[in-house]
Amino acid sequence: MSRHTTQRLAFALLTLAAIVTTAPIVLIVGYIAATGLPAVSWEFLTTMPRDGMRAGGIWPAIVGTGLLTAGTGLVAVPLGIAAAIYLAEYAKDTTLTRAIRIAIINLAGIPSVVYGLFGLGLFVLFLNFGTSILAGCLTLAIMTLPVIISTAEEALRAVPQSFRVVSISLGGTKWQTIRRVVLPQALPGILTGVILGLERAAGETAPILFTAAAFFLPQLPGSAMDATMALPYHLFVISTQIPGMPIQIQYGTALVLLVFVLSMNLIATVIRARARAQRQW
Amino acid sequence: MSMTTPPPAKITIERLSVQYRDGTESLRDISLSIPAHQITVLFGPAGGGKSTLLRALNRLNDLVDGVRVTGRILLDGEEISGPGVDTVALRRRVGMVFAQPVPLPMSIRQNVVYGLELAGVRDAARREWELEKALRAAALWDEVQDRLDAPAVALSGGQQQRLCLARVLALEPEVILLDEPTSGLDPISTAKVEQSLQEIKRLYTVVIVPHSVQQAARLADQAAFFLQGELVETAAGRELFVTPREARTNDYVTGRFG
Repeated sequence: MSRHTTQRLAFALLTLAAIVTTAPIVLIVGYIAATGLPAVSWEFLTTMPRDGMRAGGIWPAIVGTGLLTAGTGLVAVPLGIAAAIYLAEYAKDTTLTRAIRIAIINLAGIPSVVYGLFGLGLFVLFLNFGTSILAGCLTLAIMTLPVIISTAEEALRAVPQSFRVVSISLGGTKWQTIRRVVLPQALPGILTGVILGLERAAGETAPILFTAAAFFLPQLPGSAMDATMALPYHLFVISTQIPGMPIQIQYGTALVLLVFVLSMNLIATVIRARARAQRQW
Repeated sequence: MSMTTPPPAKITIERLSVQYRDGTESLRDISLSIPAHQITVLFGPAGGGKSTLLRALNRLNDLVDGVRVTGRILLDGEEISGPGVDTVALRRRVGMVFAQPVPLPMSIRQNVVYGLELAGVRDAARREWELEKALRAAALWDEVQDRLDAPAVALSGGQQQRLCLARVLALEPEVILLDEPTSGLDPISTAKVEQSLQEIKRLYTVVIVPHSVQQAARLADQAAFFLQGELVETAAGRELFVTPREARTNDYVTGRFG
């Protein structure tokens, strides 16, 4: 076989691999959109479910997922960014910080159902929060933290060291340097990590299964101590637990969840692209 | 040559040694007096400890883990090398310009007033006044006065380096340290920077690591020759470049090594 034939063959194989990996995504999104779109209407998005959830809308599930995602962000974002600043800017290389890093890496690898069980034990039962938005948000926050910490730390480390030295040589304190130079430069990267972390939180079922999610509620949650419906759990319920469920409603719900998550992804991509275009280093 | 009384020392370095964590000694037992309102040139081949000495003078060595400093440095008779020194206040008195110009990712204006903002100067009128004064002193005002809000990275390399000088001048420090400030610049930009230095020494004490022996000879009111962490010899004016006492200095300035 000549070198050119080998080259062409390799090229063809690599192209094929790229197509094979992309095709399922296109197929999934396409199938869900095609099947679910007829069910999606203004009424579907803004009304309560009716007839044992076989008709009506998914409004409480949308609200619930919005609340859970926002609450998770409220807890995980400040905590995660603070931890990342500590690790990237202050922590010296000691046994303690090495242990912290290993813990973070391992946390990221824990299956989400284990987080759910942990949240049940700690927040729902031991701290007596009950099945509530609060318990769900805290559980999701713990799951999200490793993603936020590691991407934020990476974004902080990517800021050139020379900026820090210059700022300090001009009479800046360490904190002034971080706040005025390092953080603004790292912010787009940090935001990307935050959004990707929250996106995962929005789509997960297992962590809220025992901590926050309700099968069906006749009204919206009134406080953080109430349970809530949520899109991923609602999808699980109407797909497996209810006989005679119209398939359009299942796929319509899946489509709404997908759009919710993908639009967060899109925001992250736009932020990253704009920051890259404006970056001065 | 008539004997004159030496000018008063702005900085006195007494038996200074600097050791890095890996055990390499960067400076060995240096004693040197840096006179006020003069340009002191620290020159010699790479790895001689010149930059380390500059970074000891404004405590930037503190940013490196495990650096061990012995001996003393006095600024106006006050020790600045020990523990318990307010390094933030010190760095406002002893400013530094680096070999690579590093404009902060901000506008030209923000770069120059950055140090003032850190120091808590809130008076906008005073900041504007310092901005113009510093840019004029760094011979950059004419080129940038119409685009002060443009990003600083848009400037040419030579302009960036003069911006970095202006940024330090805006703080009105007492001492200005320059670590090969013209190494990346073309001859015209280099001449402009050197001209600024000759003008600002009336107000400041200047310590510079030059990027060539020629530049050392052009600028020196006092010159100190460093070789492998040792201060070989010191002399006023161009003496070291014309009649060095030590053979090693002679070999270097005549281009036999380095």
